[in-house]
Amino acid sequence: MPHKIKPLRHSSQALLLCLVLIIHPLKAWSELVIRVTQGNDQPTMVAVPPMVMSGNQLVEDISAIVESDLQRSGLFKTIPRENMLAFPSHPEDVYFRDWRLLGSEYLIVGSLSAVEEGGVELSFSLLDVNAQKTVFKHSVKGSKNQLRDLAHLASDKIYEEITGIRGAFSTRLAYVTADQKDGRLVYQLNVADSDGARERVMLKSAEPIMSPAWSPKGDELAYVSFETGRPAIFRQSLTTAARKQLTNFRGLNGAPSWSPDGKQLALVLSKDGNPEIYILDLATNKFARMTRHFAIDTEPTWSPDGKSLLFTSDRGGTPQIYKLTVATRAVQRITFKGNYNARPSLAPDGRTLVMVHRESGVFHIATLDLVTGRMLELTETRLDESPTVAPNGAMLIYATKQGDKGILSAVSLDAGVKYFLPAKSGDVREPAWSPFLR
Amino acid sequence: MNISATKMGLPVLCLSVLLAGCSSSPVDESTSSIEDTTVQTATLEMDAENTATMVEEVAEPTNSADTVFYFAFDKAVLSDESRAALVENAQFFMSNPRALRLEGHADERGTREYNMALAERRANAVKDFMVLQGVSGNMIEVVSYGEERAASFGSSAAAWSMNRRVELK
Repeated sequence: MPHKIKPLRHSSQALLLCLVLIIHPLKAWSELVIRVTQGNDQPTMVAVPPMVMSGNQLVEDISAIVESDLQRSGLFKTIPRENMLAFPSHPEDVYFRDWRLLGSEYLIVGSLSAVEEGGVELSFSLLDVNAQKTVFKHSVKGSKNQLRDLAHLASDKIYEEITGIRGAFSTRLAYVTADQKDGRLVYQLNVADSDGARERVMLKSAEPIMSPAWSPKGDELAYVSFETGRPAIFRQSLTTAARKQLTNFRGLNGAPSWSPDGKQLALVLSKDGNPEIYILDLATNKFARMTRHFAIDTEPTWSPDGKSLLFTSDRGGTPQIYKLTVATRAVQRITFKGNYNARPSLAPDGRTLVMVHRESGVFHIATLDLVTGRMLELTETRLDESPTVAPNGAMLIYATKQGDKGILSAVSLDAGVKYFLPAKSGDVREPAWSPFLR
Repeated sequence: MNISATKMGLPVLCLSVLLAGCSSSPVDESTSSIEDTTVQTATLEMDAENTATMVEEVAEPTNSADTVFYFAFDKAVLSDESRAALVENAQFFMSNPRALRLEGHADERGTREYNMALAERRANAVKDFMVLQGVSGNMIEVVSYGEERAASFGSSAAAWSMNRRVELK
């Protein structure tokens, strides 16, 4: 008789499904506020006078966005607008002497103009003040509601020209927030620009949301949602908001990670008794088991060539990072220093391993150079977790605590540059930096 | 018999509530979300009231044993107190069988997915002990919440010790 009793929870679980809302795109506003706390010792001085569109009041301050982008990289410092003697828009209007007196090494001038079908074009030039010459002239086009995109594209181009590193200002950030509303926690999966602006809510739920992971094209997210009453992996398109539940096994369904070609998802299932790494082929919906061990195996991440996975396992007694060759399923231990190394990811160079490392009971973000074996602790806060590296490998964003509040923080991979991205309200956690989107 | 009939009725009731709720769910992206949230929340509350009434009518026997079990940091070993309480629980649920749910939790230290695994290990330790005591394993579902659902907020040792737990539901 007892076996005939249908568990009550099934009905409430079904109801919870209903409670989960897909909101796309919700009213955009910036929830993250960025404050740079530590920059490069010798930042390059740049001046970005206002870029205007004659006869039009623009809804965005283009040069302020470019200034903010460049400053956030920590490699630049900008000349305050109130100190500028003139606001030139074209290279031919520039008196280099004015800018040299202000200590500016580079000057960025530009303006916007209307183009066909209601679009706008941002034309901008990078000038070398000391050499008194124009380094380049460039223009980007978009619709009137893409002014922020145009500004970030300009920043990308300028950053790349000066540093030799591809700019990543036009990328996005996914993250999870948890906020108390009427005594209950409300979880949200959000996507915002890399500067925190234009936040969109992708999913809102009364049940936890975890582990967002970008598809390599940046058009989809995989994540874990508890909306069914247990953890399950979902994928969701950012363009159509269409979403699909990928797993529904007993036990853990977690830690999704897209393969570099976007065709597979590495993930964790504990359906056979304890957590193991699997690879899901997204076209055939077939699962291939990668690990076979009674210990915890979790947090898989792909190498850039897609031939191996790094993952966390406590098979040696403490959590450490291991490498699994997909073809042979051979497993090799990677980390040895310290008694807690977890959540691996590889920087785009394929040799810098980023992880969570515990030292004297405190959790930091650290890197390990897989070639030289050199380890570097990047952060000095406590309870640091979920590091995610920018697609250009210059910075990483991680989650930490400020008081009792979860916030996001950023640090450069050489630890020289730091900034915070605290939310105005609630906890922010589990950042995931998008790949390059163009 | 009475119990099972009442409980079998509930999913049907809930399903109708569910369908009513879902018919207005905002798949259309132009729909405002705020209003829909209110509608959905109201639906849930209504269901909760119904459930409460049903349970009251049935007047189930009550289990007096502790149903929350605490763990040491990074450990999944049952304490003596937990073992004693689980023996009591096992006896109760053998004579009053129902589907059980063990929810595993971890404190906030360490990475989130690793904590999911750790919390599941804790819940499995509780399950294994109950099965040893004679409770049918088929009646127990283990669900890990990792560090996602803290019982006590804050980053103190006291809060952490409250969060490293398994809840029997």
